[in-house]
Amino acid sequence: MGEPGIKEPLSLDELEAAGRMRTGRKHTLSILVENKTGVLTRIAGLFARRGFNIDTLTVGPTDDERLSRITLTLDGAVHPIDQVTKQLHKLINVLKIRDLEPSETVTRELALFKVAVDGAQRGELMQITEIFRGKIVDVTKRSVVVEVTGTTEKVEAFESMIRPFGLIEMMRSGEIAISRGRSAT
Amino acid sequence: MRAVDAIMECLKAEGVDVVFGLPGGANLPTYDAFVDGGIRHILVRHEAGGGHAAEGYAKATGRVGVALATSGPGATNLITPICDAMMDSVPVVFITGQVRTELLGTDGFQEADTIGITMPVVKHSFMIQHPDEIPQAIHDAFHIARTGRPGPVLVDIPQDLSRAEIVYEPVTATQLPGYQPTLEGNQKQIRQAAKALAAARRPVIYAGGGVVGAGASAELIALATSDRLPVTCTLMGLGAFPATHPQWLGMLGMHGTRAANYAMDEADLICAVGARFDDRVTGKLSEFAPAAKFIHIDIDPAEISKNVAAHIPIVGDAGHVLSKLVLEYRALSPDTSRLAEWWERIEQWRARHPLAYEDSADSEIKPQYMIEALYEATGGEAIITSDVGQHQMWAAQYYHFSEPRRWINSGGLGTMGFGLPAAMGAAVGCPDRLVCCIAGDGSVQMNSQELATCAQEKIPIKVFIMDNGYLGMVRQWQELFWERRYSHVEVGAHPDFVKLAEAYGATGMRLENKHTLVEDMRRAIEIEGPVVVDVKVTREENTFPMIPAGQPAREMVG
Repeated sequence: MGEPGIKEPLSLDELEAAGRMRTGRKHTLSILVENKTGVLTRIAGLFARRGFNIDTLTVGPTDDERLSRITLTLDGAVHPIDQVTKQLHKLINVLKIRDLEPSETVTRELALFKVAVDGAQRGELMQITEIFRGKIVDVTKRSVVVEVTGTTEKVEAFESMIRPFGLIEMMRSGEIAISRGRSAT
Repeated sequence: MRAVDAIMECLKAEGVDVVFGLPGGANLPTYDAFVDGGIRHILVRHEAGGGHAAEGYAKATGRVGVALATSGPGATNLITPICDAMMDSVPVVFITGQVRTELLGTDGFQEADTIGITMPVVKHSFMIQHPDEIPQAIHDAFHIARTGRPGPVLVDIPQDLSRAEIVYEPVTATQLPGYQPTLEGNQKQIRQAAKALAAARRPVIYAGGGVVGAGASAELIALATSDRLPVTCTLMGLGAFPATHPQWLGMLGMHGTRAANYAMDEADLICAVGARFDDRVTGKLSEFAPAAKFIHIDIDPAEISKNVAAHIPIVGDAGHVLSKLVLEYRALSPDTSRLAEWWERIEQWRARHPLAYEDSADSEIKPQYMIEALYEATGGEAIITSDVGQHQMWAAQYYHFSEPRRWINSGGLGTMGFGLPAAMGAAVGCPDRLVCCIAGDGSVQMNSQELATCAQEKIPIKVFIMDNGYLGMVRQWQELFWERRYSHVEVGAHPDFVKLAEAYGATGMRLENKHTLVEDMRRAIEIEGPVVVDVKVTREENTFPMIPAGQPAREMVG
């Protein structure tokens, strides 16, 4: 049975076809909701009581002020994604759900790393930052704050590179995603 | 006009003729509007009673029930009925008062986060933030409650907003862009289902509460009798297919008949309609109906393949889908003789394992006989409500429901104390019908205060208490699975139910003789107004047959 694609909001037929399968990969759901009080609580509550575990979640405005966009990622090896999307569809304030196809989706995450480096190591850290196209956004005698943007994999790769320096603190925004333009010419 | 007067207009526009409720500080404005509102209000004695009454009304009539409560404790007392309505898909609108907006979030007097507390157990809820929103919210609430898979919807209205002046315009359109339930089933899938049914050699139709909710009983009968398809119903579906019909296998599940459970076990095709493969039906999921393929018809896509993977899923209203399925099926003119072997097998089970019990040698009343006697005394024509426990299962087994909306009980949540207030609501909704509550002596005490409501409002329910002095079902489990170590199941020290009835202004009777039971029950039914009949039955009788929890159907005992 095929993956629910990103072509259009999941149709009931597609949902039916998906069955209870575990896909075994990370899924990014892009959920268009009414911008009303308590909508996020309803979604978070649904996940909690059905035992679904959210990996990352971001909420932001859309070009229509009556609507908000929730992007969440969860593990398709653990959860039956079709059951998750069907339950989400039952929430009255949920308008559209897209299970974004990885190859047809651009995803980005913002991360800030506070790294313990003194003068001697600073140069090396700056080199690594450059390779990852990061930015140094704060410097003190004992530490540096680096900003990195990219896919989750890139952010994680950067983290593993700078961990040996001494990672004081890390902040990650969670993923946001958008589908690529169709039939690029 | 005041927002509360607009609420009265909204309720009337939705066709509401009666509401059940209890006033308090936060809904004082609404109660002021009831004085000239032109809507019958029934004052209950506990909000839970009001909530269950609204459920009983909805289940008996098919219309949306309405229950009102004030903020804080009034609203929290509604939690059980709300959750019950969610589990059994009952269309009820709950309207709760809330503290004034300036007090919200300050732990004000009688403030509770009603929206937050009820969120996991409502189909949807509306927190009113501006008085102008009220008419639209109420219209949308009724629409959501009654359409799609029905369910409870809550509207929480802060006191100051409810007394504000608004310009009332009748609302005719919903504003629910994210809510479009699918009614029509996919025609291709329906055709596939018809083909599968026509080819099946050991088919079973497994119908649930969704058939009752959709008013699709006639379509179900039409499908079954298009051929000789055997039919079983869940606890919630009883009455959707007449229990007197030759193709009826009996209820399935934990306390279902062997014929129904064994048929599911050996079926090669199961056509589930408006049923959700609850654990009380499937038993051990991995060994449920091992030989079967599944057609699953449900209006809620999330039910499809939730517990059991469907081979032919059809999302849609049971009535729509079944009527199309009947046409498709008949067009194939399937050969009925292919089912002869299957029916032979079923007849064997029926002959070998009928529902049976050992009757007493003396005048002692066996609980099963109590139900049979009530069936006889009412001619099988009553609306029956029940609480939860042994009496509920015996009622399901021995009161042979021939029509939908005759059997009103709490299936999913299993709420003790449901039966008496639900009977009250059913009787208000169906004033021309006899409404009997079959209760346990344990569970009836959980909402017996509503006898006062029945006496005041002259609601003529007949409550038959199956009195064995025990929390019987729990006692049965302790006997069978906990080595008879009885722990806190003895409730013999209950009040004298005859005196209790009289204290509330109802009539009380006590029956102990099997030989005159039917006659005595007829007498009780003839009495005007609410009647409580305390029927003393055998103390330690077990509900059989039974699939022990978590076991497969073929392991039935008793």
